[in-house]
Amino acid sequence: MSDDLPLNAEDIAEIAAIIEASPYRELDLSTRRFRLRLARADGAETGLTQEWQWAGSGPEAVVTAEAEHAADPDAVAAPLPGTFYHAPQPGAPPFVTVGDEVGPETVVGIVETMKLMNPVHAGLAGTVAEVLAPNATMVAKGQPLFRLA
Amino acid sequence: MIRRLFIANRGEIALRVIRTAQAMGITTVLGVSSADAASLPALMADETVLLGPGPSSQSYLAIDKVVAAMVSADCDAVHPGYGFLSENAAFARAVADAGIRFVGPDIKTLEGMGDKLAARALALEAGLPVLPGGEAATREAVHARAAEIGYPLLLKAVAGGGGKGMRRVDRAEDLDTVLDMAQAEAQAAFGNSAVYVERFVAKGRHVEVQLLGDGTHAIHLGTRDCSIQRRFQKLVEEAPAPAMPEAARAGIEDAAVRLARHIGYRGAGTAEFLVDATDFSFYFLELNARIQVEHPVTEAITGVDLVEQQLLVASGKPLALTQAMVRPFGHAIEVRINAEDPSADFRPAPGRITRAAWPAGTGVRVDTHISAGGEVPPFYDSLLGKLIVHAPSREEAVARLKAALAGIRIEGVPTTAGLHARIAADPRFALGGVDTGFLTGLAE
Repeated sequence: MSDDLPLNAEDIAEIAAIIEASPYRELDLSTRRFRLRLARADGAETGLTQEWQWAGSGPEAVVTAEAEHAADPDAVAAPLPGTFYHAPQPGAPPFVTVGDEVGPETVVGIVETMKLMNPVHAGLAGTVAEVLAPNATMVAKGQPLFRLA
Repeated sequence: MIRRLFIANRGEIALRVIRTAQAMGITTVLGVSSADAASLPALMADETVLLGPGPSSQSYLAIDKVVAAMVSADCDAVHPGYGFLSENAAFARAVADAGIRFVGPDIKTLEGMGDKLAARALALEAGLPVLPGGEAATREAVHARAAEIGYPLLLKAVAGGGGKGMRRVDRAEDLDTVLDMAQAEAQAAFGNSAVYVERFVAKGRHVEVQLLGDGTHAIHLGTRDCSIQRRFQKLVEEAPAPAMPEAARAGIEDAAVRLARHIGYRGAGTAEFLVDATDFSFYFLELNARIQVEHPVTEAITGVDLVEQQLLVASGKPLALTQAMVRPFGHAIEVRINAEDPSADFRPAPGRITRAAWPAGTGVRVDTHISAGGEVPPFYDSLLGKLIVHAPSREEAVARLKAALAGIRIEGVPTTAGLHARIAADPRFALGGVDTGFLTGLAE
């Protein structure tokens, strides 16, 4: 499928040099496989940019679709999308369980996003009334994780 | 020679390996998760094999699935890229057991270097200086080690690399909480939660040496300075290390080659050192037995295609390069453009890319898998692409970097491009030779 890789970095640099030395602002090239736009950069005094678009390259519906969540004032929401964990590590007791008192700074869980463990702070004071998101599941940004009372 | 190469990775490095392999006439087979099935590397590879669902533990880190995929695709070699299984000795063994070549060092090297504690011991054997610290297998041992070294200190993943599982601890009362986080992160990134303790050096520079070996001979391809970091993630890398006396640089390069020869290193690797910013004394940190994210700056100044060298050595060919043939020219700088939100403490920000205008022109290279319409899944790291500039002098390289950053337009997710523009404009950066505390002093 690709013994004809369209253009390598050296080709792009050469074409860029041709445009820079010319009166033209941009080159816009479309083929069945890709579209390449090489243009003088917006707002920059010098330099060019390359923009590629590929036929057949596009997202599969992943999980980032940001559902609209009703703003529940008593809910602790996920600060970012990722995998939600109740406990610091597998087998360890959860950060909080129903009935626990929490303050705004209390860590109530972890959201793992892009290989980084992000602590989830309660953000408000109260008692944990309900755990809304199961352990080790994907959550969207803003999704309610706990309900406080 | 390798005929069919399996690529056990994703993102920009998968694309990078595909490009060189195809140029060498090798057929490329990419293992993908369902989240990456329509990615640019998947489009560019000659063939793809589905490994499993999005989460790495069920796809890119699942040794049995990855090995089964390369066997079913009749591959004779596998390139592991960086991260994921690239330095996993169990993976390399499973690959060897399947009769497939692993593009990387010997299993015994991976065992020795993958375990950062064993690596310290080997470096000591080779006569390299190391930082105070060491093993701490239990919570009690971590506390004992911490008491002995003092604060601030660093917790590091024994199986680590790439800053994952690495955390700084400033006070004894924080040790337990931070230890939990570091262990969880190490478990998630490497499937091994063990950490060790090392003294934290405040005014340190991170300098590393690119190595190439064939098991018998070893050479270096000069230094890289990666001192500008956040959360122990490198942000800016340059080659050669700037503002450093030639003798100091040569001393570090010699030490790295000594270690590579001591262990009979095969393939491309990087010896990392912590260099005291004031007197240029240095300590061995670790040897990364893989291609590094920042390898293009070395390629820019040496003209050597490091992936090609990896594939040649893995084919069983002796190193064709000698030390005298490596003649670095000029200065190169790489910045990592990550999907991170500067308004939320640079939190990773997955999402859909609506526009991606990358810089182009003389002395500009962009390694990216991101184009308009692409999705940045929440499962993997936040790297969107690398911008590499090369010029005859460092001053010209910095000017070229500024111009390139001014033109970059990524829309759909927040990025670190603005942060890099601020770094490039900083007078301390213009002078060169900054320490790892640089970012804290950066103007808004």
